[in-house]
Amino acid sequence: MARATDTRVGLYRTVRLIRRFEQRAVDLVDTGDIVGGIHPYTGQEAIAAGVCAALRDDDVITSTHRGHGHVLAKGADPARVLAELAGRDTGLNRGRGGSMHAADFAMGILGANAIVGANAPITVGAAWAARHSGSDRVAVSFFGDGAVNQGVLLESLNLAALWRLPVLFVCENNGYATTLPVGEAVAGTITGRGEAFGIPSVTVDGADPVAVLTAARTAVRRARAGDGPSLIECLAYRFDAHHTWEHRARMRYRSDEEVHSGRLRDPVTIQGARLADAERERVDAEVESTLDEAVAFALAGPHPDPGGALDHLYASGLRPRQGGDH
Amino acid sequence: MATPVMDTNTTPTVQKLTIGKSLNLGLRAAMEADPKVIVMGEDVGKLGGVFRITDGLQKDFGEHRVLDTPLSESGIVGTAVGLAVRGFRPVCEIQFDGFIFPAFDQIVSQVAKLRTRTQGRVNVPIVIRVPYGGGIGAVEHHSESPESYFAHTAGLRVVTCSNAVDAYWMIQQAIQCDDPVLFFEPKRLYHSGNLKADVDTTATPEPLFQSRTVRQGTTATIATYGPSVKVCLDAATAAEEEGKTLEVIDLRTLSPLDLGPVYESVRRTGRLVVVTEAPSESSLSSEIAAKVQQECFYSLEAPVIRVTGFDVPYPPAKLEEHFLPDLDRVLDAVDRSLAW
Repeated sequence: MARATDTRVGLYRTVRLIRRFEQRAVDLVDTGDIVGGIHPYTGQEAIAAGVCAALRDDDVITSTHRGHGHVLAKGADPARVLAELAGRDTGLNRGRGGSMHAADFAMGILGANAIVGANAPITVGAAWAARHSGSDRVAVSFFGDGAVNQGVLLESLNLAALWRLPVLFVCENNGYATTLPVGEAVAGTITGRGEAFGIPSVTVDGADPVAVLTAARTAVRRARAGDGPSLIECLAYRFDAHHTWEHRARMRYRSDEEVHSGRLRDPVTIQGARLADAERERVDAEVESTLDEAVAFALAGPHPDPGGALDHLYASGLRPRQGGDH
Repeated sequence: MATPVMDTNTTPTVQKLTIGKSLNLGLRAAMEADPKVIVMGEDVGKLGGVFRITDGLQKDFGEHRVLDTPLSESGIVGTAVGLAVRGFRPVCEIQFDGFIFPAFDQIVSQVAKLRTRTQGRVNVPIVIRVPYGGGIGAVEHHSESPESYFAHTAGLRVVTCSNAVDAYWMIQQAIQCDDPVLFFEPKRLYHSGNLKADVDTTATPEPLFQSRTVRQGTTATIATYGPSVKVCLDAATAAEEEGKTLEVIDLRTLSPLDLGPVYESVRRTGRLVVVTEAPSESSLSSEIAAKVQQECFYSLEAPVIRVTGFDVPYPPAKLEEHFLPDLDRVLDAVDRSLAW
């Protein structure tokens, strides 16, 4: 699969791919093929699809612990992403990065990142690099509502605005930071964070890929023109658990009624309704076929050799540390 | 390493320099040699750094290569990560040792791990310069020795210079290194006229990741680094008057440690004193002691003795002389080792 495209069918293909990828991945967590669980992106697909459809292949993104959707929408090979989740040597990071660290530099994916907010300054640096290399590439930082309370995110907003860098700050407000509702975590507003730094900030419907795409296009245009960063708050609902561990832990921080009503605005349904039945069925079949191959590829891959743990620790060759007796 | 571009018409190849001036010239040479080298940090541009180590660089290389940043350590290092993975070689100045902690997450969670995480598909060639150590009449956060935190973390390199010649070369080697390097600078020695040394800018430097025996002796071995090297050399001079010859080893590289010369020395002397300003608990001095007992068990005539800062927060300026290892404490440790 390639990067999300901005056509009606293209956007549907991406949201559908992400949805079914995550459902397949959850199945593989249940079977024990993915060890350590995942943070499913289910319900937020429109955000990755809409933003990445507004980008070029040579633009770059950084992502989060809930990053599969971003990585897929930016064009990473689903088979290699899934192999990474399954910890195989054929994975994007050769099975050493895992679900929260998928990276594909060739596709402009500078890495998912498990430390909430920590990807933001890296995006600022990538944007600085683009500007000073004479390129009009833009850099996108995806982050959640939890990240808006991290100091490093505010530092990054400041630096990007101060230096008028081509950054899109894309906040995925899915209502919860792990289990803490936004209302109990965020003083002020999320767009207020951006506005405080003079960054144009908007709130859009994060369940609708077209709404996200429209906002992202405006932000990308600004960034490429040298007019600096933008912030887009995308309102969405996390359909699944914070982490698959929750499937067993049954944490009960959301009522069944809330989850039911939250799932009513479904990005896959919303974009799917814009396609004729036959069109949609054709895309669904293509996605299923892609994912059948992806699962087969992932599970056929060899496991990494534990003896190679030090192979890529340092570029400069020296065997770095003797450690104690093991 | 590549010979830095120097204007040989106006600059003599051998100059008598302080450590601070050597660092300045080393940075300049690295920036001349590679347009991808970017210097960034608080007050490093117009002012030239609070210690004047980056003096004149912004004037000569421009604001796009020498960036004055806000007080934003996590943002500075995080931005440097983004620059590094996109082909630049950022050199970040952390203004004082204690200011590195706001950037700790970026250093240990991002800088140290990106290469392994991506299985070598990307390097993170960042240099983080840290003026460290006490003795300048400052307070906590301005006088600390946090090197052990970083030596503890796989994926980082940690080095420190103790003299002007090393300062000139090691900073350039660190910038050329494809791995992230924490570069600790002995701030109280920056402008010490007594430590001016002849720096030959056409010489061939020793490799970066090697320790060096800076004084030979047979009575006992002292392993040390950074600002404590001068203290130990002074102690060795004093000991000589009592007929003791101390072998002093400047470790220079703290991760990886290069302890070969220490093992070789201890096998001859049978005694080791480790001297650091950093407190001893769970530290580089602990690591050195552990490795030496492992490698030199049958040669040791006495336990490894450590002379370090104390396990307390760094004291106020008026009390720091009690905290810092000095000549008397080093000589006392040697005597205790000999009396064992």
